[in-house]
Amino acid sequence: MAVAFEQISPAPCPPYDLARVRADFPILGREVRGHPLIYLDTAASAQKPRIVLDAIACCYGECYANVERGVHTLSVRATEARERARGTVQRFLNAATPEEVIFLRGTTEAVNLVAGTWGRHNVGPGDEILITELEHHSNIVPWQMLCEERGAVLRVAPIDDQGDVILEEYERRLSDRTRLVAVAHVSNALGTINPVREMAELAHARGAAVLVDGAQAAPHLEVDVQALGCDFYAFSGHKVYGPSGIGVLWGRAGLLREMPPWQGGGGMIHTVTFEKSTYAPPPHRFEAGTPFIEGALGLAAALDYLTALGLPAVAAWEGELLARATERLAEVPGLRLIGTARHKAAVVSFAMDGIHPHDVGTILDRYGIAVRAGHHCAQPVMRRFGVPATTRASFGLYNTPGEVDALADGLLRVRELFG
Amino acid sequence: MIADDLRDLYQEVILDHNRRPRNFGPLADANRTAEGHNPLCGDRVTVYARVEDDRIQDLSFQGSGCAISTASASLMTEALKGKTVAEARHLFEGFHDLVTKGTEMDAASLGKLAALAGVREFPIRVKCATLAWHALQAAMDEQGLPIHPISTE
Repeated sequence: MAVAFEQISPAPCPPYDLARVRADFPILGREVRGHPLIYLDTAASAQKPRIVLDAIACCYGECYANVERGVHTLSVRATEARERARGTVQRFLNAATPEEVIFLRGTTEAVNLVAGTWGRHNVGPGDEILITELEHHSNIVPWQMLCEERGAVLRVAPIDDQGDVILEEYERRLSDRTRLVAVAHVSNALGTINPVREMAELAHARGAAVLVDGAQAAPHLEVDVQALGCDFYAFSGHKVYGPSGIGVLWGRAGLLREMPPWQGGGGMIHTVTFEKSTYAPPPHRFEAGTPFIEGALGLAAALDYLTALGLPAVAAWEGELLARATERLAEVPGLRLIGTARHKAAVVSFAMDGIHPHDVGTILDRYGIAVRAGHHCAQPVMRRFGVPATTRASFGLYNTPGEVDALADGLLRVRELFG
Repeated sequence: MIADDLRDLYQEVILDHNRRPRNFGPLADANRTAEGHNPLCGDRVTVYARVEDDRIQDLSFQGSGCAISTASASLMTEALKGKTVAEARHLFEGFHDLVTKGTEMDAASLGKLAALAGVREFPIRVKCATLAWHALQAAMDEQGLPIHPISTE
């Protein structure tokens, strides 16, 4: 028996210390509407471990001053701390150098920066930008705006009924006019993990650059930008258990050096005269103004936290939660999963016959369960699956199997109430 | 097992009007119409009215949304058919107070609309309950033609 058990239950990771992880997140102790909080909206924004809260408090309490501007001790300390945070991001992404890491407000700002600088510089009339049908609005709209401005064409690679990008269709839409492929690493609405490495290879073979929207991937997968072979990678702090308002654009040094600045201001210049200004090299060229200093330190703390837990262990745990959720939700009459890709992050998006997601969200909230109800800023995905909106439960490293069961029980109650 | 305030929110009359909305579909001879849209949740409703001599002779709606917005639109069409425009505005004020402050105008005037009183315990859902009403108001204000999209956001 023991042998058989070992055969069916290989243990690739050390036991996941869930109780300890949960104790690291102060908010998980609170109640909502008289019930313990069950937070299943991590894909919208993740909760924060105490180490992140402490990093922000420590920044303000012990080493706060403006960065890159002073010779006094605190300014030097704050600058060093922020540059160390850049190094932490570099290691987290396996970037070649810290200069390739630009601190911004988030993924949205990163995509807009690439569209506004690299895009304006490299995309002209008749050129093409290729995205996929499962993109978040933030990886659609900036490209539409660029195409409109430059007279370029936005092309879209379709997805199949499971929510996977149809690779042959993607390849067919690549042409010699394709300047850029912009693709999500993981879909926020469906959970699909895209074969980004393969897609990047195909794009590069046609001479196109590749931007990866990593907002939903960075909290769940080990990201190695060099192995992925992309040219830009963007993610947001608040989705990796860090502060909101901080995010990262990684770009290949060679590309960043050739890119004109985006916003003008302090900190991004080399010299300024009224006749002409010259610009600082990357990354500072793209970081005009006093940055979100404590945000960068909080982000570094969050990445340290994830790295210490180990992303493979986190991914394995979330995989168990996903498997349980998929199984339990199948018990709910009239529930249809939207997004059933083979490679999926811990997201279950679904529709229930005759019941609008907003009603589902209200009823679950009454029992302390936080889910997202809506179009998830992915209206084309909703249209593709013929639903106005979905209910989405998304799992993070702190969720428990009991919380998955509470979700399923809550949905059975929804069914009961609506008859 | 189901909490009382949820039972209050999703009363049988709400569930019934959600399942079988009354006065559903475009009105062929409408002379006022407006579209309501809640971009937060994607709810959409178009209200069609035939107003003659300052009286709502006929009223219907079409759209997709949650149980609260669908039932509210359906109940609205029943409540306002035959009312004067001034009476309709007065009832909207009373209904709005009901779902926001919980202050009720006399129960006889509200009729079945009182079933939506439970919304006041769920403030985020007030926009759902008032979407069709705002659309109707826009239809009245703008003389209704052509379709005038309004938004609750």
